[in-house]
Amino acid sequence: MRRMISDWSKVRLAGTALTAAAALALAGCGGAKVGGNSSSNAASGSVKPCGTFNLAVNPWVGYESDAAVVGYLAKTKLGCNVVKKNLTEQVSWQGFGTGQVDAILENWGHADLKKQYIDTEKVAVALGPDGNEGVIGWYVPPWMAKQYPDITEWQNLNKYADLFKTSESGSQGQLLDGDPSYVTNDAALVKNLNLNFKVVTGGSEAALIESFRTAEAQKKPLLAYFYSPQWFLNEMALVKVNLPPFKEGCATEGPTVACDYPAYKLDKIVSKKFADSGSPAYTLVKNFTWTNEDQNTVSKAISVDKLSDDAAAKKWVDANPDKVKAWLAGTGAS
Amino acid sequence: MAAVTAAAQASARTLRRPGRVVLGIAVLVAWLVAYALFRGHATLGLGTSELNSLHRRLGDLNTWVLEHRQSSPLFTGFLNVISAVIGNLVTFGQALISQPSFGLPIPAIGWLGVIALVGYLVWVTGNWRVALLAVAGFAFIGLQGLWQPSMDTLAMTVVAVVISLVFGIPLGVWAGISKRVNGFITPVLDFMQIMPAFVYLAPVTLLFQIGPASAAIVTMIYAAPPVIRITAHGVRTVPTETVEAAQSLGSTRLQALVKVLLPMARRTIILGVNQTIMAALSMVTIAAMIGSPGLGQVVYQALIKLDVGNAFNGGLALVVLAIVLDRATTAAGVRARTTGAAVRSPLHVLRRPLLATGALAVLVCVYLSRTYVWAAVFPGDGLPGSTGQVNVGPLIAGAADSVKLWLLAHLGAFTGGVKDWVTALVLNPLQSFLTDTPWPATVTALVLLSYLLGRLRAAVVSTICLALIIATGLWYDAMRTLAASLLATVIVLALGVVVGVWMGRSARVDAMIRPTLDAAQVMPAFVYLVPFIGLFRASRFTGIAAAVMYAAPAAVKIIADGIRNVPPTSVEAATAAGSSTWQTITKVQLPMARSSIALAANQGLIYVLAMVVVSGLVGGEALGLDVYWGLTQFSYFGKGLAAGLAIVLLGIMLDRTSQATVRRTGGDARG
Repeated sequence: MRRMISDWSKVRLAGTALTAAAALALAGCGGAKVGGNSSSNAASGSVKPCGTFNLAVNPWVGYESDAAVVGYLAKTKLGCNVVKKNLTEQVSWQGFGTGQVDAILENWGHADLKKQYIDTEKVAVALGPDGNEGVIGWYVPPWMAKQYPDITEWQNLNKYADLFKTSESGSQGQLLDGDPSYVTNDAALVKNLNLNFKVVTGGSEAALIESFRTAEAQKKPLLAYFYSPQWFLNEMALVKVNLPPFKEGCATEGPTVACDYPAYKLDKIVSKKFADSGSPAYTLVKNFTWTNEDQNTVSKAISVDKLSDDAAAKKWVDANPDKVKAWLAGTGAS
Repeated sequence: MAAVTAAAQASARTLRRPGRVVLGIAVLVAWLVAYALFRGHATLGLGTSELNSLHRRLGDLNTWVLEHRQSSPLFTGFLNVISAVIGNLVTFGQALISQPSFGLPIPAIGWLGVIALVGYLVWVTGNWRVALLAVAGFAFIGLQGLWQPSMDTLAMTVVAVVISLVFGIPLGVWAGISKRVNGFITPVLDFMQIMPAFVYLAPVTLLFQIGPASAAIVTMIYAAPPVIRITAHGVRTVPTETVEAAQSLGSTRLQALVKVLLPMARRTIILGVNQTIMAALSMVTIAAMIGSPGLGQVVYQALIKLDVGNAFNGGLALVVLAIVLDRATTAAGVRARTTGAAVRSPLHVLRRPLLATGALAVLVCVYLSRTYVWAAVFPGDGLPGSTGQVNVGPLIAGAADSVKLWLLAHLGAFTGGVKDWVTALVLNPLQSFLTDTPWPATVTALVLLSYLLGRLRAAVVSTICLALIIATGLWYDAMRTLAASLLATVIVLALGVVVGVWMGRSARVDAMIRPTLDAAQVMPAFVYLVPFIGLFRASRFTGIAAAVMYAAPAAVKIIADGIRNVPPTSVEAATAAGSSTWQTITKVQLPMARSSIALAANQGLIYVLAMVVVSGLVGGEALGLDVYWGLTQFSYFGKGLAAGLAIVLLGIMLDRTSQATVRRTGGDARG
């Protein structure tokens, strides 16, 4: 008996499905057709076909802004199918060989990776600076710099180590790091400069910013890895601790580092395949360059105003037609 | 005869037991004395930024592979081919349902077509109720604003599962017929399941590069073992007489296999398929770290941005996907058992026309979803051409955010205090004890304890594992990770005993708590990490808390089942003899369920280890951080590989010792 009921239900279900499908078919005839207008963007002007554009996105908001703007233009002006790949720095480089990644927009140094992938393997090409100037360093919240003026020299850090003790650092002071995938020499620096500190990994940019906010609000001590360009530095004037200055001959990475981080001219890297493809997206990436302020504007729109990447990019693009025009030169789009 | 032996063993056990405990305490005391006397000597410490020669050599391996990937026949003739084949399969799956393809700005089949197709397939292989559930589930995912990432995940999962089945089922059948194959394959499968997925990300990307192929392979390593094990089990349980009868009727071995064995084992095999799908879904977030697209990305990105709301929304979509796939395969399994009954149904004649009608409806939907934007792009989805604002995702995310804020505001100070106290009073001393004791003393003590817990075999395994850990140069980090894992496991067991006893003694409590446990097991563990970072900051304790959360449901269930399986007569006898509830629990139920507790410890340890390692992402340290560094920092690749090896060795040691304990206490080691 139960089987019969269930079979009758099947009849009804199939009947309903068919009716519904027929209704949908009728209703749908009035709707917009696929390919009706989305390809028209690309067709305007004399843009070469773009196809898929695989853009690596590394885990900090400044990079997200680079990718937001370039991705937005590639999508709306060049008709590319933009695929953003959220990857850490080194993992992005691995993607050049397989075609998983076409472009990195904000590369921080990585001399070892350049040697490996550009010189030896020849799967990647350096496309020059993206205009952003990168600084990495150790920072304290403003109230600490005011209360302990000499804390900004590294020689004095040991004197204050006790202030920075946490459950994680035990008897030593804590130096809070960001995402473990970030460019960092902190563990080597602490060891080589004989600092009574322990590096504790905070996990992410968001964790660092939250820690600084709490530290300033509650007047709690904090010494942490941070960097510029960063919109947060416009909100809170963090004070940089001076490490032994970087000069020629200082190691830039690995276990022997004993000087401050070098100044980074952030640059663009693309895969060889992408460079040879003649894609208009390649021309866009090649032309792309902007300032730290530009990037911070978009980053703030994403982080503070909570705009989506596309909305933040559109806002900036609409406000900066000249820069955008220069980037699109040679792509055929306007 | 067997009974006599068992009785003899049992009496031998009771005779030896006090001795074992005394010896165990003696070992601990001697170990503590060594710690007190020689603290800080021979600790084999190696700083976070330091490398040894083995790490450098392993790092050179990375460089070698990079340089020879396009020239060495190992790559061009073999690994690159595998990578390309799997990669193309995944890309094809994505082209079908998730990514713009074939020259159109939309996938080949839009949301309406996918939902119709899924509903139809589930109806045909299962029943109409589950088909409705599937349709509702998929529609819900679309409403969450996560249609495209979910389809990426589905495409990825389907490919990984199909490849797992293509290799897994024949392998399982072989292991089912041949004892020798089974004996060879079982430790390999154990190994694949003990090894935390986090650990093999780096080696897999080294061989197959990042992208869908690596993501699928990582998923398969974890997801293939269940179908192999369960298929083998299914084949083994087909009565030998049936096979012999077929052979005596003149069937060849192949015929007997295809006509008799496989059909009879079909239902069990579908259960294996089900387990494999569930395992594959649990890998989604881990695979996101090497660029696998989909829901894993949603959760992982939310973790990076400390965005509880979106992490929960993404996690919820994964849970819904898991529930639909679980129910659908279960229904297919039931159907496989009852097909015979359907033949007798009076409506059987109608089945064919019904199937045809349904197929036609599906075709119409697929056609629509290829033609009209509204049927192709889920309304409110972020794709170009999306219309409308049908999206409950922000609502769900907002609710989860409010819960987090409330928790932070009301519990923040309390949890911070708990973290500081547990760290200072338990974790720090335990880590100091394991790391600062000279290594020869610790090795000796651990080997002796393994012997006492699991006899000679466990002791031999522990000796080898510990020696190899020393060889990796990461002894110090391994001991820190071991300490964190042991602490988390103790908490898991305490929770397991308390809640498990409560559930085991009352069917009502069980019915209340079990669904929560089921849901907690499906939710990706990363989702827990996000609020825990808020509550406990970036700390070792965050990892321990997340590990407890991840491992506790399994431990609670195992212990609850153990308590329920204690013969009621024993409990009644105890009550009749005047025992209080407390006495009944401690003197009768817990001792009689001790093999379940040992099994819970075994499973708990494996789960905990996997999670403690992942917590390297959020302020964890030691081996977990080494592994993550190896994955993300070029110069530390070799160290990361060595750390991964050390984790696997720790896992094997803990697993074998605790399993030997399970066996010694009279349980079945593999549940």
